[in-house]
Order: sequence, then C-alpha cells, then structure tokens
Amino acid sequence: MQKPLSLMEPGEKGKIISISHKMRSYKKFADLGIVKGTSLSMERIAPLGDPIEVKIKGYSLSFRKEEALNITVEIDNDKNT
Amino acid sequence: MTKTHKIVLAGNPNSGKTTVFNALTGARQHVGNYPGVTVEQIIGSFTLDDNNIEVTDLPGTYSLTASSPEELIARNVIITEKPEVVVNIVDASNLERNLFLTLQFMELGVPMILVLNMIDNARSKGIEIDIERLSKLFGTRVVCTVGNKSDGIYELKKVIAEVVLEKEKHSSNKVNYSDELTIPIQGLTKILIDNSIAQEGYRIPWLAIKLLEKDKEIIELVKSFDSGEKALNEANKLIEKLENDVDEPSEILVSEHRYGFIAGTCREVVNTTLQKRRDISEAIDSVVTHKVFGIPLFLSLMYLVFYLTFTVGDPFMEWIEFGFGWLGRFISSWWPTGSESALKSLIVDGMIAGVGGVLVFLPNIAFLFLAIAILEGTGYMARVAFIMDRLMNKIGLHGKSFIPMLIGFGCSVPAIMGTRTLNLKRDRMTTMLVVPLMSCGARIPIYALIIPAFFAKRWEALVMFSIYVIGIIVAIICAKLLRSTLFKGENEPFVMELPPYRIPTSKSIGIHMWSRTVIYLKKAGTLLLAASVILWILSNYPKKDKLDRDYAGEITKIEQSQLVQKEKAAKIQNIKNEKMAELLAYTCTGRLGHAIEPALKPMGFDWKIGTALIGAFPAKELFVSQMGIVFALGEINEENSVALREELPKHYNGLQAYCIMLFCLLSAPCIATFAVTKRESNSWFWAFFQLGGLTALAYLVTTAVYQVGMLF
Repeated sequence: MQKPLSLMEPGEKGKIISISHKMRSYKKFADLGIVKGTSLSMERIAPLGDPIEVKIKGYSLSFRKEEALNITVEIDNDKNT
Repeated sequence: MTKTHKIVLAGNPNSGKTTVFNALTGARQHVGNYPGVTVEQIIGSFTLDDNNIEVTDLPGTYSLTASSPEELIARNVIITEKPEVVVNIVDASNLERNLFLTLQFMELGVPMILVLNMIDNARSKGIEIDIERLSKLFGTRVVCTVGNKSDGIYELKKVIAEVVLEKEKHSSNKVNYSDELTIPIQGLTKILIDNSIAQEGYRIPWLAIKLLEKDKEIIELVKSFDSGEKALNEANKLIEKLENDVDEPSEILVSEHRYGFIAGTCREVVNTTLQKRRDISEAIDSVVTHKVFGIPLFLSLMYLVFYLTFTVGDPFMEWIEFGFGWLGRFISSWWPTGSESALKSLIVDGMIAGVGGVLVFLPNIAFLFLAIAILEGTGYMARVAFIMDRLMNKIGLHGKSFIPMLIGFGCSVPAIMGTRTLNLKRDRMTTMLVVPLMSCGARIPIYALIIPAFFAKRWEALVMFSIYVIGIIVAIICAKLLRSTLFKGENEPFVMELPPYRIPTSKSIGIHMWSRTVIYLKKAGTLLLAASVILWILSNYPKKDKLDRDYAGEITKIEQSQLVQKEKAAKIQNIKNEKMAELLAYTCTGRLGHAIEPALKPMGFDWKIGTALIGAFPAKELFVSQMGIVFALGEINEENSVALREELPKHYNGLQAYCIMLFCLLSAPCIATFAVTKRESNSWFWAFFQLGGLTALAYLVTTAVYQVGMLF
C-alpha cells in the first residue's frame, strides 16, 4: 500500500518511493537523508497536531505535514519488520 | 618563536562537536561573531609539546551548500583560511547521516582527521566499527573519543600535532561515485577547464559538483570569469540532458549518490551485533512529547526556566545593588558632608550607579544561559520547537522563540541575549524586535502606582491583565508584519533533528554560561554604561544657579520656628522636593519634556508626563520616581508612593492614566534593551529601528485610544 508520509500512523514503517519535485527545499531534505529508497518509520505527531517525527537512517527528524504530503511511502505490510 | 597552527573542528549539529572542542581547549576560548552575520565564531587553543594549535569551532552543519549562513561560513572558512587540517567530528552511533558531511570534505580535497565521537554510545548500541578499514577507505587518520568523559582527547591532540607537523600534508582519498554521477562531473570539469575557469583554493572537480548542486555562490563565481557565461551555458545544457535521462533534479542526484556511497561504506566497516531495542531516549520522548502530558510538562519546565532566571537570580541582584549603594556612600564620604561637588555627583550618581546598572542584569543573564545550556545540552530545546512549532508558526515566529518571549515578561535584556538559540537570522531578528512588547518586570512599578490610584478595586486585576494581553497581541501583529515585509525571505520549511537525550557535562554548561555572560559585559555593558552616563547628565544639567525661591532661607526659617519636630521635618522635606522639581524642570530632560508637550497632547499627556517618560529611558521603573520629582513629592519608593497616588487623580483622569500605562508598555524600550539589541543584531540600524518603531507604534496606539476614549 502506498500513501503520503503525512497520512502515516505512528508506528507504521515504510520505504520512500517518490518525492514530488515541487516540494520546497527539496535539496535540504535530500541532504538530511530523505531520498528515494530510504526506509523510515513514523514515530509520533506533536501534541498540537503538527509537526511530525520520523526515524530515518537511525536518527529522528521532524518536519511539518505540509512537506510530508510530498513524500510517498510504500508501507511495510509486516509491522514487525 | 613557535608557530601557531590553525585547524578547524567541523561536524553535524548534535555530534558532540562542542564537547570535544571544550575538552580540547578548556576555558581558553573566545566567542565572537562572523562579520555581518549573527552566527557565533568560537575560537580556542591548546598547546602540545611546544606546538601552539588554534582551533576554530565551525558552526554545526549537515551539509556544505550555500543554503544557510552556517553552511556558507563553514565552507568559506575552510576554503579561504586554509586550515592545516579539518577535524571532522562524527557521531559514531549515527554514522550514516554524519558521513554525508565527511564526504563533502573529501570532495573539497582537504587534509582531514575523522573523529568517531561518543564511541561508547555506539558500542552499547551494538555498533562495531572497523576503524582500520574506515581509515584506509577514506585515506584519513581515525580517532575514537568520548567527548564528555575526555576519553581519547589526548590521543586526538597527538594525532592533530602529528598531522600539522607533517611536511607534506596529504588530502583524504577521492570519493568514487558510480558512473551516473562521475561522467557528468568529468564533463563539467572539462567545460570549466576549457573555459579556463580556475580559482585559487577551489578544486575544479569540486566546482563541477557544486554546479550539479546548482549552488548559487559557485554559479556567481563562475559568472565572474570572462568566459563564465559561456561555460555556464554549456554546463546547463549538460545538466539538462542529465536531468532528462535520470528524471530527477541534478542536485538531488548528488545527494542520492552520496548516501549510496555511504551505504556501501557502512556495509564494509559497520557490524551491528545487537538487535535494536527501544532506547532510553525514545522512552523519555514518549512522555515528554506525549499528546496529553507533553504540554503541561512543557509549561512546567518553562516555569522553571523563568523561576531560575528571575527568582533565583533576585538575591544576587539585590547584593549587587546593595554593593554599589555601599560603594557610592563610601566614595561620597571622601567629600565633606553637605558639599555639592559636581565631580562627586558624576562619580557617585553617574558612573557608579551606571556600572551598577550594567551589572545588575548579570544574575538574570547568567541564570538564563544556565537554563538554556541545560535545555540545549540535554536535547530538550529541540522538543520545545517540536511542541511549540504549530502555535508559534501561526504567529510568525519559530518554536524556539517561545523561550525569549517568555523571558521577556521578566526582562528584555536577557530575553534578547536568549535569541541566540535561534539559528535563522529572520527568526532571530523578528523575535528580538518584538520581545520588548512583552510587559517586563520593570513596568510593574508603573502599573502598581497607577492602577490603584485610578481604578476601583474590582477592576484592578482586569486592567492589569488587559495591559499584558495588549502587549502580546501587538507583538503577534508586529511579528506577522515583520515576517511579511522586512524578513520575508524564502519561505523555508521547518525541518529539524530531534537529537537523543544526553546528560550535559558541568564543564560545557559552565563554559556556555560564562562565555555568553562575558559577551554581555564586554560588548553591551560598555555601550550601556556610556549611554547611562549621558542620560544622567541630561537629567542633571544644566544646573540652575539662580533659583526662583530662596529654599535655603525657607528651610532655616522653619528650623527656627516653634513647630513640633515631626511637622518641621515634613515641611522641610516639602521644600526640598519643590527645589528638586524646579531643578529638574531646568535640565535638558525637563526642557525636552516641555518642548515635546504639543506632540504629547493627542495622547492626553502634559509636559510632566513627558519629562518623566524621558527620565525613565535609563530604566522603565524610573518613571515612578521621576513623576514623584516633577510633582514635587520627592523620590518615590514603596513607603511614600501613597502621596503620589493621591496626587495623580487631581491632574489626570482614568483614560489618561490608562494611556500612560499603554505608552509605557509599547514605547521605546529602556537604554539597556537598546544596547543589547545593538550588540546582538550587530547593527545600529536595527537598534534604532526598534527604538523608533516601537515609539512610533506606542504613539499611534495611545493617540488612537485617547481620541476614541474621549468620545465617550
């Protein structure tokens, strides 16, 4: 199943399959490891509903749903992996 | 004479770079600013076997693009100052992302030492790194350290000394990307060479990579050559073709290949033995950023910061005030009693009081930076931004702006110093400019004087509350306005690492606190002192020689009269107060107050309020004592403020009283705020902009309120 990162539930894991070229500061995200093929897991949503926290390449990164909307993720079916 | 060797420390934010820096240099460091920007420049040094080594702690960056001032500075320091070696601090437990920067140093072709910091952390997570293999692959020396325990620091010093003393410094290995990237890099390199574009200090293949990354600085650099335009045209054609082939922007392709290279490296050198388990950091976060508990916990911690800054700092402030009071009296005693020496007055009331006025902020600043050092050192500061981002973003500020804004309710001076936690210039400047709108502690005596004098008991709390709320609302409007006009800039998205929680060392907290306090003393303090003395002169000179009345004669008359002692003292005090009022009216401050009276009229103010407002520029709370003097009631303190409270309603109505408070809330901040803003923004323009802007704003709002209020 594919969905935008902004709609992932905390605890879900997946792999980035595409990133919209329209995303603001695309390069900045790429430099932080948000590139195609990278695995990530959705950790949590901030108490006020935004931003989100994802675990990627062994560290935690937070950004807003507005940006996460541009990142499409293939969700792992097996939640235990 | 021994030669000084210059080296730099570079690495990701949260890689423990500063801890290693502190362990290397100890307290031998200096915090300044890079010219023209608000990025801190930190330089320290150490000596090993007669080798003096100067270390620059570069700003922490994830990359070396031209997208942020930090990254640009880090890059330019390395290119233009040519340090003998770049010591790259890497978080051993987070190798993948950290090596992204390392690769860029290799692309630059500079001599490098790779430091695997927090190696203990990595080992406990079951991450084993093949040091020798890594060293061979990258062509650099590799040292393992635990910065906060100073483990491996001596070895690092030795390796640094060895590398800087080498006759021929060899650069790190070339990075071999796959053909998809190597071929366009070679193509661009050829274009640059064919157009004879070469700049000292810049490797041509590196320029080629930067062209692929569409780096603005480098494009400008290439453009500056005779055949620059031609070269860029050819380069763009090549890049366009590449982007068509791979269906991706070329700058992203570069990042992907770097991460690809790192993944390959990690497969070779990293061996993860333990299965990943839930670590302490995640457990803490599940509470600290919890949907329900997160916010109350956050508010409690913020209360603690406020408490530490002001309540704990308070006794120290009192000691400083007491100490300077004593010093003043001690120096006064050198002159015979009753003498009115101008020199004595200048030294005691002008200078000593001025120095006291500078030092009195020290406890607040030191304690605030203690709190900030703890918040940053533990990693909670990033959570502050995470929790507050949504709210603060709505009002045009950064999540981390919350702390300076909160501290602003105590005092603008430490609050403005506290904006140092904000990395982006526009966030920092916006916060700095609106902080004085948070009603500070020095305005409380003004409210305490006016509210009981004019408003019924049941309205008191509401009036006070309304003032604070107006301050916040105006601050929000101003922040939004500033962000949509002067600090528009590119609308950069919020993206931030949430580092693992750590226990900071007392040494690094101490150094952080001390260096910021010194900045205040050295830079803002001197300016504040000079300004205080000037303001003191303005409200004391010129001295009136021929007074309207024979005050001395009147006092003698009363002394000789038959009145009771108590009554005598009261009458004499009255005469003295009247003399003070006459003297003040004659000084520059008094005259200025008179001169601007027509301008104050629309706000419902007279020259007396004008004089008191000008006299309150050194510190807001002085407004109360200045009012006491203009109304011939003498110096006002807590015991005799009743007299002034009774006097004021005879001259003004409730609307005027409210307007006074409103004006004091919104208008020009005190001289200390001005001095600190000048220092922290590194510009006279912004200091005057804040001063003028807030005063104009106060004038408009107060006039509007008074004029509308008059209609009812």
